Amino acid sequence: MLIEFTDKGLYCSAGNFYIDPWKPVDKAVITHAHSDHARWGHKAYLSHYLTVPLLQARLGPQQYQGIGWNEPVYMNGVKVSLHPAGHIIGSSQVRVEYQGEVWVVSGDYKTENDGISGAFEPVPCNTFITESTFGLPIYTWQPQPVIFEQVREWVQRNGKARQNSVFIAYSLGKAQRLLKALEPLQQPVYVHGAVWNMHQALVSAGIDLPPVQRITPETPKETFQSAIIIAPPSADGSPWMKKFTPYEVGVCSGWMQVRGNMRRRNADAAFALSDHADWPGLLSAVKATGAQQVYVTHGFQSAFSRYLNEQGIWSAEVKTEYGGEEETEENTVTEDNTTGGAA
Amino acid sequence: MKQFAALVSILGTSTKTNDKLEALSNYFSTANDADKVWVIALFSGRRPKRVVNASLLQQWCIELTQLPVWLFEESYHTVGDLAETIALLLPQTTGNDGNDAQPLHTYLTQLVKLEKETETVKKEYIVTCWMQMTKDERFVFNKLLTGGFRVGVSQKTIVNALAQAVQLPAAVIAHRISGNWDPSTTAFQSLLSEEHASLDSSKPYPFYLAYPLEANPQTLGEPAEWQAEWKWDGIRGQLIKRNNELFVWSRGEELMTDKFPEYNDLNTLLPDGTVLDGEIIPGIDGQPLPFALLQTRIGRKNVTRKQLQEAPINFFAYDLLEYNHEDWRPKSLTERRQQLEQVVNGAQHPALLLSTIVPFDTWEQLAATRRQARDHFAEGLMLKRKSSSYQVGRKVGDWWKWKIDPFTIDAVMIYAQKGHGRRSNLYTDYTFAVRDGDKLVSFTKAYSGLTDKEFNEVDAFVKRHAIEKFGPVRTVKPELVFEIAFEGIVASNRHKSGVALRFPRISRWRKDKKPDEINTLDDLKQMLRLYGTAGGEQT
Repeated sequence: MLIEFTDKGLYCSAGNFYIDPWKPVDKAVITHAHSDHARWGHKAYLSHYLTVPLLQARLGPQQYQGIGWNEPVYMNGVKVSLHPAGHIIGSSQVRVEYQGEVWVVSGDYKTENDGISGAFEPVPCNTFITESTFGLPIYTWQPQPVIFEQVREWVQRNGKARQNSVFIAYSLGKAQRLLKALEPLQQPVYVHGAVWNMHQALVSAGIDLPPVQRITPETPKETFQSAIIIAPPSADGSPWMKKFTPYEVGVCSGWMQVRGNMRRRNADAAFALSDHADWPGLLSAVKATGAQQVYVTHGFQSAFSRYLNEQGIWSAEVKTEYGGEEETEENTVTEDNTTGGAA
Repeated sequence: MKQFAALVSILGTSTKTNDKLEALSNYFSTANDADKVWVIALFSGRRPKRVVNASLLQQWCIELTQLPVWLFEESYHTVGDLAETIALLLPQTTGNDGNDAQPLHTYLTQLVKLEKETETVKKEYIVTCWMQMTKDERFVFNKLLTGGFRVGVSQKTIVNALAQAVQLPAAVIAHRISGNWDPSTTAFQSLLSEEHASLDSSKPYPFYLAYPLEANPQTLGEPAEWQAEWKWDGIRGQLIKRNNELFVWSRGEELMTDKFPEYNDLNTLLPDGTVLDGEIIPGIDGQPLPFALLQTRIGRKNVTRKQLQEAPINFFAYDLLEYNHEDWRPKSLTERRQQLEQVVNGAQHPALLLSTIVPFDTWEQLAATRRQARDHFAEGLMLKRKSSSYQVGRKVGDWWKWKIDPFTIDAVMIYAQKGHGRRSNLYTDYTFAVRDGDKLVSFTKAYSGLTDKEFNEVDAFVKRHAIEKFGPVRTVKPELVFEIAFEGIVASNRHKSGVALRFPRISRWRKDKKPDEINTLDDLKQMLRLYGTAGGEQT
């Protein structure tokens, strides 16, 4: 096997490197900057160059190497290249080629082009290792423009009722997408410290994002009049929100596709806006690789893998430590780490 | 239909009663009359007969989507709601913008007509509707098909919203929309008119409901101002005699006259224009029998002679709402009680009994009496202010229920299943076991009693430790110990443990206990000997 499943993570012995390992290793290739994939403690990190500033912001100074998409590097004669995964800014699939055999590790990905994360590129391979966060057919997303329209309508409705709109969104990924959705409203957007940190890291790396205003303890309450606020899940329901009264809460997450989840979150509004591929997306991605064998990781791996086998594509499920089986929230782990005192 | 789908969506997701009230009131002010009547009907449990069963809907959805059956089922277990699963799985349509020309009531009228049609005709209609609808519309449409329109809105909120929209007092509305009416033939104006209410001789009064007493009864003031009664474990009901006809209503607003032939003679024995409030309860010579016996009666369409002998039903009367065709609800409880005693004694019928008053002089004395409730086959006491009128719905102040503490037993969780509704995709439905030597014997399921945070913790445990990968049930390592509370215990030969519990729920998570410290099957059997009744579910 070109890539093995070890207790430290996905391991390429020919090249002597790991991909998104969950225990400290010497050489780690990182698909993207969410903390369940990019962990602390490796000796050397290789990732897309747009991921590097995010890793720096989260993990501090480490030995980082940034490369572009489709710019192969060689490790012990193994050819390694990164390809856009469309999940968040800098997110990449990892293509590994050795002695004519090609494996691709998807990391997290989405097939719809969100306009900021890079368009997902199907990479032909023999073996594809895919995520399956939303690997059930009930998860079929509406197109981004439709959801963006709903987001804007909600803000305007709240504004008319003289209420603030508080979005609950992951500080890396969803928050930036929301900024794009909200841009046409031409209103200032106020953000939580965790969102601010990620925003700063991205802007300094040269990413073009709409401006945001950081909320600090000194920001007067009067600032928030029919205002837009973006906060990470950790802030939801915390005293930090008091300042925005009266407000409505809108949660942005793929899990909001199902009403029960929506009700559990006690949100006033919910938008099934996800940074992961939906069911048709996963299927089309798998087919586009032309892979003869597919390993399915974190998510509904049992169901997705069984379905692929029934469709005539050899598949097996693999237990990883990304998220955990059926994580109930996307990347919950990320937020705790990025918040880091930046409340 | 769009307007109705939007309403259901707000009611289903909003967390604020005021928002729900506003949405409903807005709906009642703007929707067309026929739709409004149906909404009142649906939200108060009057749904049309089911035209297709759930498995047919599932089958048609599978045909349309070409999904394997197991994948449909996995999806269903994750969503936890069949109507929603189908709405999510069907191929997306953009939705026909003009289809609000088809209002809610036309679909319902069609469904009523479909009842007598063949399966092919039903299928064609339903599939055509599906393919014209958006996801939200499909969801409510499927809810109409599968019944059980529980949308997270109380009867009280509906009544208040209607009251706002039509400018009538809530108590009046509550009365007018109660009872026996058919949404397909009733017009909105006449449903809410006084005339219509007086024409319907079966119409019950809205029940007055008590809040649980959490505080010390001392806070209620002078004992002399209060009347205490046993709190019975039966079905709350109203017995109505008007125009020489007898009607029996349950609190769930179900007309149950035919289920209880024991009451038939009361039609001649009670004076015309009488409405009694009381408990429908199995009993012999005034001695209550376990609730389980009542369950054997209400599930059946026709009552057999054997059932009449084994589970005879009494009516323990505790209030008089109408006497001599006059609404007695504004009068004081003392006055109503006096007249009630005369009515019941005058009828002289073995099935009609007075719910006895429990005498007491001090609260301490009453507290001691309450501890003996189980000996009287009661689940506690009712406290009613003697000067109180008979009010509408659940009101704080004059009526309290003071229940006895439940039984408890420590048990270990052995199976878990995903929940429904807001517990979608979360393992919240558990099966528990007690020890029997070195074996574990399952004895009950419980679904409630943990906080959201605790449910999340248990859910994570189940997901890590589950043995199966597919299907609804997960076997888990017997490790987590919980205290299970319940109200009663009866012998049962349908359960491996030999017992069936009444209203079991989780009272707390015993993180301090290990699985080898849980109770045993012998402990359960001991409880059964002391408090249980044999023959409960043996039919």
